[in-house]
Amino acid sequence: MTRPITQSLEIPVADGEGERYSLRMGPQHPATHGVLRVDLELDGETIIECTPQVGYLHRGFEKLAENRTYAQALILTDRLDYIAAMANNVGYCVAVERLLSISVPLRAQYIRTMVSEMSRLCSHLLWLATHALDIGAMTVFLYCFREREILLDLFEELCGARLTFSYPRIGGVRQDVTASFIDELQRFLDIFPSRVEEYETLIDTNRIWLKRTVGIGRITGEEALALGLTGACLRGSGVDYDIRKHQPYDAYHLVDFEVPLGSDGDIYARYRCRMEEMHQSVRIIQQCIDQLPPGPIIGPDAPDLVMPNKTPARIEASTNAYGTGLIKLIRDRNLYLSGDVYVATEVPKGELGFYFIADGNNRPYRMHIRSPSFIHISALAAIAKGELIADLIANIGSLDVVLGESDR
Amino acid sequence: MEPLAIADRLRAEFPGEILHSYSNQGQAAVVIRPGRIVDILRWLRDHDDLRLNHLRSLCGVDNARRKDPGLSRFEVVYNLYSIPLRHEIRLRAEVGDTNPAIDSVVGLWAGANWLERETYDLFGIRFNNHPDLRRVLLPDDWAGHPLRKDYPLKGREEWAGMTELLAKVKELDQFGFDPTGHAHGQAAPQQEEDE
Repeated sequence: MTRPITQSLEIPVADGEGERYSLRMGPQHPATHGVLRVDLELDGETIIECTPQVGYLHRGFEKLAENRTYAQALILTDRLDYIAAMANNVGYCVAVERLLSISVPLRAQYIRTMVSEMSRLCSHLLWLATHALDIGAMTVFLYCFREREILLDLFEELCGARLTFSYPRIGGVRQDVTASFIDELQRFLDIFPSRVEEYETLIDTNRIWLKRTVGIGRITGEEALALGLTGACLRGSGVDYDIRKHQPYDAYHLVDFEVPLGSDGDIYARYRCRMEEMHQSVRIIQQCIDQLPPGPIIGPDAPDLVMPNKTPARIEASTNAYGTGLIKLIRDRNLYLSGDVYVATEVPKGELGFYFIADGNNRPYRMHIRSPSFIHISALAAIAKGELIADLIANIGSLDVVLGESDR
Repeated sequence: MEPLAIADRLRAEFPGEILHSYSNQGQAAVVIRPGRIVDILRWLRDHDDLRLNHLRSLCGVDNARRKDPGLSRFEVVYNLYSIPLRHEIRLRAEVGDTNPAIDSVVGLWAGANWLERETYDLFGIRFNNHPDLRRVLLPDDWAGHPLRKDYPLKGREEWAGMTELLAKVKELDQFGFDPTGHAHGQAAPQQEEDE
């Protein structure tokens, strides 16, 4: 038995006469990229009220960090934005170094810049993959994961981990890069720009993609600033704010790159910004490889694990270092200063800030994490209000949130 | 503008509100009274020479275990940055010891909404005129404010909803549901020994 298909192409518009109803989306919803719950108040398909709820992944990192030494608290930052853990580690290390006045050798700065940008590529690839999948483009997902796999293999070769690295250390990095790592990375850089162009041919002018993204989720520059948006979400609205340029850390003042800016502030503008950022990241990594100077990889006063073959003088100074697991704390100067400092770094999602208060102890007295995802989710209510429920999925994807970072 | 120059401008404009200012690692901070926080932040945001238009972070601090004398128990810390002029300043508002409260700045930056909710959630600092002051990270029925220094790191108490949850499990049990995932009425399979 067949049934005639009747389909209306008109989108029902909220006229205030329809029945209002509530819909709870999440926390187990595939398109929320984690455990985000959104309570919706709907009229037809139009969102009247959108209330995001977070906290399902709250692990109390700020409390935990106050009860751990600076070096121990580093591993907590892996679990913030687990898509780009390396960038979080670097952000934490940069902040602690500023707090305690610890110097970092130039080689370590270049390596950290390099891995931060690799991590940005990882994050943007995963963002593009899932964002496209949410909107309905399955193919892009597979292509993106192909390239992300190469990057994860590279990270594995570098430090043995694929997701939670803890590779940067306060005062440097844990291990030097090998020649084979640089070769592999160079091979990746040679092919990657053409791969990005491949994604662009798939979706850049794709009619469905344009219908779903152009003019949707529009935010003006002033609104974005008031809402506290950072990263590509702010630059998509035309505000030139990139901490790598404004307050450079590590080797960012030594490499040449541009900050892509959008103007429309819609989902498509944010998409274009991130695609351009991938090209710029490739440029930065290439310059890091070309300019990588020789030298030590960890500073002389790093309060952390010290590899014995790198600094033999320090092993002699502490006689039972071999017996105690090679851990040595510097005691010849007052390493742990007191004071407060706020240091922000540009992670793939936006501005990751650490506000530290030190009281001269070996543990942070207070560590506040300003996570971009937390503020981006809070902005969702303002962005999604009055739009269609189908566009909510596109909006969540476009804000690029990770709940591990939001809930801390 | 030089970090401490902003602090001096602020002192000239609001002489009664500024307690003291200092600089640490090149960053200037100003300790203020909480009373006119909205006026101060609006002035910093809108003044043509300052234009501190980006609220970078807002958080609470509990000074109960600090050794320095003369600190108030709770503080709310605002980090501001000027995107057009590229300078920054930190404000530390002392909000007292018992019933800490300060005016909300959601009217200036909509993004402060969740940051203030988080500070309320974790420190118990109230924000007057906040549109929606609820807990954000912890469940609504949570007791206490975990980032206070007198809140223990570990605890033995059960979550308040646990009794309710166990009753629900018991109720569902009569329909053959088993929270361990095994079929009803059958013993759980013995774990195989690892050779």
